[in-house]
Amino acid sequence: MRFKTFLAFVGPSLFLMLIFIAAPLVTVFWNSFHITQPVYERVEVETCTPGFLAPTCTTSVVQQPQLDDEGKVITETTFVGLESYRNVLEPDRFFRAVENWDWNTVNNIRFWKALRFTLVFTLLTMPMVVGVGLLIAIVVNGTVQSIKGPVIFISLLPFIITPVIGALAIRWLFIGDGILTQAMEGWLQRDIALFAQGWTIEILMYVYRVWHVAPFAFVVFYAGLQTVNQDTLESAIIDGASRFQRLRYVIIPHLMPLIVFVMLIHLMDAYRVFEEVIGFSSQAHVISLQWLTYDFLMPDEAGTRAISRASASAMLTMVGIIVLLVIPLRRAWRDQRGTAK
Amino acid sequence: MKLKHILYAGALMLAGTSAAAAACENTVAAKSLTNAFPAYVIMTDVMKSCGNFEPELDKDHRLKLQDAFSTNPSLYTIAGVANATSVPLFEQELVRPLDDLIAEHGQGLSENQFIRVDGKVMAIAALFNTQHLMYREDILNDLGIAVPTTWDEVFDAAEKIKAAGVVDYPLGGYYKSGWNLGFVFINHYLGEGGSFLDENNMPALDKDKAKAVMERLKKASSYMDPEYLVSDTTFVTKQLQQGKIAMANLWASRAGAVNDPAESSVAGKIKMASGLMGSEQPASTVWWDGWVVAKNIPDEEAEAGFKLIVAAMDPEVISANNDAAVWLAKGFTPGPAAAGAAATAQAGAPAYPASKAMAVMHTALGDGLSAYMTGDKDADTTLADIEAAYLTAAKEAGLVQ
Repeated sequence: MRFKTFLAFVGPSLFLMLIFIAAPLVTVFWNSFHITQPVYERVEVETCTPGFLAPTCTTSVVQQPQLDDEGKVITETTFVGLESYRNVLEPDRFFRAVENWDWNTVNNIRFWKALRFTLVFTLLTMPMVVGVGLLIAIVVNGTVQSIKGPVIFISLLPFIITPVIGALAIRWLFIGDGILTQAMEGWLQRDIALFAQGWTIEILMYVYRVWHVAPFAFVVFYAGLQTVNQDTLESAIIDGASRFQRLRYVIIPHLMPLIVFVMLIHLMDAYRVFEEVIGFSSQAHVISLQWLTYDFLMPDEAGTRAISRASASAMLTMVGIIVLLVIPLRRAWRDQRGTAK
Repeated sequence: MKLKHILYAGALMLAGTSAAAAACENTVAAKSLTNAFPAYVIMTDVMKSCGNFEPELDKDHRLKLQDAFSTNPSLYTIAGVANATSVPLFEQELVRPLDDLIAEHGQGLSENQFIRVDGKVMAIAALFNTQHLMYREDILNDLGIAVPTTWDEVFDAAEKIKAAGVVDYPLGGYYKSGWNLGFVFINHYLGEGGSFLDENNMPALDKDKAKAVMERLKKASSYMDPEYLVSDTTFVTKQLQQGKIAMANLWASRAGAVNDPAESSVAGKIKMASGLMGSEQPASTVWWDGWVVAKNIPDEEAEAGFKLIVAAMDPEVISANNDAAVWLAKGFTPGPAAAGAAATAQAGAPAYPASKAMAVMHTALGDGLSAYMTGDKDADTTLADIEAAYLTAAKEAGLVQ
């Protein structure tokens, strides 16, 4: 293909990627090293507010942002180097705690608390998603042709639900007076409060995520199962391979590239765990890295946001995903080169 | 028979709306952004009946306010704000002075509704809000408990109610981690006479008072549903309505709803009392909620928005919904639902100390206190971390050097 034709084909998508991926990334990167603040001035203001019966007036000195002629807030942007990263990571405290083997303190620093949960969440749900997905795929593959369609449809339902809505639904089912909690309380004859401590919330989060994502793994594996070489399977049966041996030595090796693919997608998705924290309002007990970024970004009541720290936290999340992806990506890369040769 | 009733009710409703529509006629398209509690539902319903109006009710409206009003033209015509949420709108002059509009259309408003900044009216208050005790009169009478006035008395009462086992949990509290938990602390701490910041915006928490408050919060939580860290005001309101709790120190704006027979299974049994006393003043803060008009909109749209505001606070509307809020507008006669708020105000509850720096402190408190409540941190570490978190955030915001 001539270079010009190539450009004509690739150009539009390159252009869109520049606008929608590269530009925001560069902005976030830049923001994480800079702080933009309004220029404040101290002014005396008389404020009258309603009382129950009569207004009360107070005069006080307040810090107010200066406005320019057009009524816009005057801001000042300064380069702060790694300060925002330091504020997010709190390295001094972290290393002091690590030196003293003080796990409790590490877990009380917001970033490390979030990282701990995010990593455990990602690494625990990954094998479960692959396992459950594979199980459903094999079961569905073995069912009678006539009910396959409905079974596939039902198995896919959890994946169709919007994650936040799914998380809220789980919350309403399992919160103190939710119907499932009531049912369990009736069955076990004891009071159950699943949202009162961190570990029960975490378990609910794992279960919810596996329930939500397993259908995706199922669809991919089910498609893969249709391409398993039937001759190899038959010769394995003739050789006396058991059902498990056929799975272990024929089917799984055949599905391996798909398993790696599902793992890659899941790593990227699960590391950005967010909906569960919002849906379960678990921030008192469990927070994730993505939620931390969100929390920095949310304006407080007077409209102040921590954009610089939010950017630093977002960059750190990206670095985390890249580190996690390196291992499976290298494997995929090797496989790719292997087949190309 | 039933159908006839429904038709009759429908006809009445139609008559009602047309009567309201006759009172106001809106021809310029207008939008509003407000909180979602009952009083705003009532007011925006009236505005809707005037036509060409689109309300947006959102309990997280504070997250949108500043950005939505900074654009030109502003995304909303009018907004419902309170002490704290009005700070960025006033200081960045995103809302317009209303004096001219009041002179033209606002004869029905009273002086006590005007929020003045340097003499100019910047907002029109609709209602007065505070937090006060709501209790189940039947339960307290049955157990021979006097109405508590301090937190220690609340704990004594809670102990007796717990022993009697008449409700699931004696106490309800909006302790949801974040804004709510921070707010509960601020109320208690102000009740002890504490202050948060010095004049240079440096954190100045009184450690002894703060620790006493934290212990009290923890003690209170032991009488609550163990999932208190995910419970917000709406959840506590429902707990009261469903008879699951016997007492709560709750927002006055919910006083109407807890006794509303349409929502509450214990309607009429809940009584209002003054906000609970701290050692120096009531552990409650006084708020106003009211309307502002955007600056970045054409004048005719602003005028239309202002007329809608006046229509929504028409004395007829207010008296028809008398118990839904402690209204500041004309037409309100303080009834039993307002008794708690009135008593709290008379007892000298302070105004919420709204400012830019206080908002940062509020966030630091709301995020930081949950680790103490779950037992992950002791009180000293929690307070030190809150001050450190405040300093980091305040520095990034440019509020301290």
